[in-house]
Amino acid sequence: MSNTPYALEMRGITKRFPGVLANDNVNFTVEKGEIHALLGENGAGKSTLMNMVNGLYRADEGQILLDGKPVKFSSPRDAIDNGVGMVHQHFMLVPTQTVAENLILGQKTPRFYINYKKLEQDIADLSQKFGLAVEPHAKIWQLSVGEQQRVEILKMLYQGAKLLIMDEPTAVLTPQEVTDLFKTLREMTATGHTIIFISHKLDEVVAIADRVTVLRRGRVESTVDGKSTSKAELARLMVGREVLFRIQKKPAEPTADALVIDSVSCENDRGLPALRNMSLTVRSGEVVGIAGVAGNGQTELAQVITGLRQATSGKVTVQGQDVTNQPATATIDQGLAYIPADRNGVGSSPNLNLADNLILKSYRRPPIGSGWRIDLGLVRSQAEQLIEQFDVKTPSVDLPARLLSGGNLQKLILAREISRQPKVVIAVYPVRGLDVGAIESIHQMLIDERDRGAGILLISEDLDELLSLSDRIVVLFEGQIVGEVPPEDERIDEIGLMMAGTKVEQSHAT
Amino acid sequence: MRLKIEPRLEIPRWLPVVSIILALILALIIGAIPLAYGGLDPFEAYYQMFRTGFFEPYSFSDTLVKATPLILAGLGVTIAFRMRLWNIGAEGQLFLGAWAATGVALFWLPPTTPKVVMLAAMTLGGFAAGALWGAIPGVLKAKLGVNEIISSLMLTYVAVEFNNYFVYGPWAAGGFGLTAPYPRTAWFPRLTDFGDTIPAFRGMTAHLGILYGIIAAVILFVIFKYSKWGYELKVIGDNPNAARYAGMNLSRTIILTMIISGGLAGLAGMSEVAGVVHRLQENFSPGYGFTAIIVAWLARLNPLAVIVVGYLFGGLLVGGDAIQPAGIPLLIQGIILFCVISADTFTRYRIRLVQPAATTAQS
Repeated sequence: MSNTPYALEMRGITKRFPGVLANDNVNFTVEKGEIHALLGENGAGKSTLMNMVNGLYRADEGQILLDGKPVKFSSPRDAIDNGVGMVHQHFMLVPTQTVAENLILGQKTPRFYINYKKLEQDIADLSQKFGLAVEPHAKIWQLSVGEQQRVEILKMLYQGAKLLIMDEPTAVLTPQEVTDLFKTLREMTATGHTIIFISHKLDEVVAIADRVTVLRRGRVESTVDGKSTSKAELARLMVGREVLFRIQKKPAEPTADALVIDSVSCENDRGLPALRNMSLTVRSGEVVGIAGVAGNGQTELAQVITGLRQATSGKVTVQGQDVTNQPATATIDQGLAYIPADRNGVGSSPNLNLADNLILKSYRRPPIGSGWRIDLGLVRSQAEQLIEQFDVKTPSVDLPARLLSGGNLQKLILAREISRQPKVVIAVYPVRGLDVGAIESIHQMLIDERDRGAGILLISEDLDELLSLSDRIVVLFEGQIVGEVPPEDERIDEIGLMMAGTKVEQSHAT
Repeated sequence: MRLKIEPRLEIPRWLPVVSIILALILALIIGAIPLAYGGLDPFEAYYQMFRTGFFEPYSFSDTLVKATPLILAGLGVTIAFRMRLWNIGAEGQLFLGAWAATGVALFWLPPTTPKVVMLAAMTLGGFAAGALWGAIPGVLKAKLGVNEIISSLMLTYVAVEFNNYFVYGPWAAGGFGLTAPYPRTAWFPRLTDFGDTIPAFRGMTAHLGILYGIIAAVILFVIFKYSKWGYELKVIGDNPNAARYAGMNLSRTIILTMIISGGLAGLAGMSEVAGVVHRLQENFSPGYGFTAIIVAWLARLNPLAVIVVGYLFGGLLVGGDAIQPAGIPLLIQGIILFCVISADTFTRYRIRLVQPAATTAQS
């Protein structure tokens, strides 16, 4: 054992949320003066873990030691008083105030009189030292996102942070700003600061990290040396090697084209291109898996197909019928089922009961809807039947949907979508955050749909899931399909690299 | 010892009812303080209020008269609030409804028009004008994302001044903020009109408007419970994203809801001028449109409960007239709303006393 205590040590940390085990017996150490990357897919538990260090959450089990001393923070204030600062993905700045004002916000001093001259000198010194150029008089709203991030970092340094946690800091930055940020981070470690860098981008992790800890499904997969590791190794650790369960399925017997996406482009919510001339065909009776790191156009793709987002160009057809930019009702009538990524926020209405949630897609047409009415008797009997058939565990159909566990809610959503005998099923991260049992039944439902003759488009980050379910895998990167790979275990490194944006010799041209 | 507030997972059915009753009792207790300060014996004052509002020979009829606009406007508020569309401009929609009914009665139809035609035209006009006034914040919200709380409230002031312009200007009779009285054909039938055949009805001023209220409540109840549209309101109110996902047309539903919400408030105004005032005048409403918000909230947005709560508040208004100073009923209404909304927190959260670990409590 070394004599110098770790800057941060986490022992046996477990954190549960209703229905989700976010962190499971995590042991994690960070040495003084290192840049330690915390790598993992979305939902792997990175942010949860760090929010416990930052005092936002409290661990259900386990111990946190800072410089060898056990600590229990009850708020971020507590954490920063003990030298732990966190820069969140969404900045915590007051837009109408100046940089200087934001820096002293919430500080114990100054108590009444603000010596701006001295404050600005301090800021200038800090900026100088760490290469964080920023104008102290500027109002936050006038600054670019990159500059705002610098203010966040300055704020933490000014408030005395020795351990700085950065939650996906590069997500919002331009390449040049990323380079500058990395320079700053090195500057900081040179002066004795310690940095934890949360990311799911392999390139950056390899470029900056001294050590890398990979989280997967809430557990530490491994900690490796940042200098000697490779992107391929990290990709494998991140998406998992071990096959937990493999679904039994017969070879696909694809028939006619069920869903055709023909050079479709669209924009994301911020008006930036999300899909760029993307083309893909899904045939009846096959599962096409889309691999890719979240944020490369997955959500937008599902929305464009289902009529929830406008395509700026291109064409989407379902069984020969053009549904491009048709209202969502048209795609529903065309037999499109959509299992959205956000079960609570999109896929269900949390305060309505299960019966009401089961008719979201069918209330409009007979037999459920007739004329202006809804047949309440049928709604109820059908709900009871579906809950039985799809094994949704609930005391009654009158339960509000929000009280279901994640797995049961997802089964409810599948029951609703599948019971309509869809021709195409779009499933986005269908098992994210679910336990093994639920994962298995949901995968089985999707395969059963395939065998019934539906075309399935499976969007996932989990390569295990993709390999287990898909008949073909394509990789989506920055709004384009960058390659197609057969679902074979030997190809996993290749997929991982394509997900990270590295072009690989393509086995099939699409 | 420390107070800890936790959300309740399940809300027992009895809890909301009990919490409202407790809130009402608490409101009356708090209300006793200003009453006592104003030199009144609170017990005596409350006794007088309840006696006048509910237990005098004419209480039932008088209270129905006051309850009528509260019920109609309360239903309007209910339908908007059901989909979390905060239309707080019922007062303005009510003024517009009264204005249009007056236009029909005095200026746009001859006084010789048969009563049925006249009343039907006034009803349509009142509904349409209120609906229009409700549609404006609805369209602004649906198309441009304008906050309906602000726009509907601001439009209320516009409606009141619009009304003032007409009663002092083009439609004034003598310049006192009143129009000329309506011809008899534009009066809602009242109970007292049947006094010749049923002597018990003599002097009772309850009018046709209350039937409007009851019918509207039943229709809304059926819509909410059995119709596709009621289902859409429920989903949109709970989770607009899920509604969009299910293919519901949010803009259209928002606008339609505001039209009906405003239309019902317009009917409240129309029924008030056709049934009680029989002319348009300045300030003919003592804030019915605002009290309607309290009524809808207390009724937990259940249209049938709106009838009951509307009646209770009608009694409070009638009883309030019996005690002086005159601001008291409004004051008590305010305290009631405050208490009911506060009590709502207790239905959704439970409060526990927790012992902080390892430290001794000091007082």
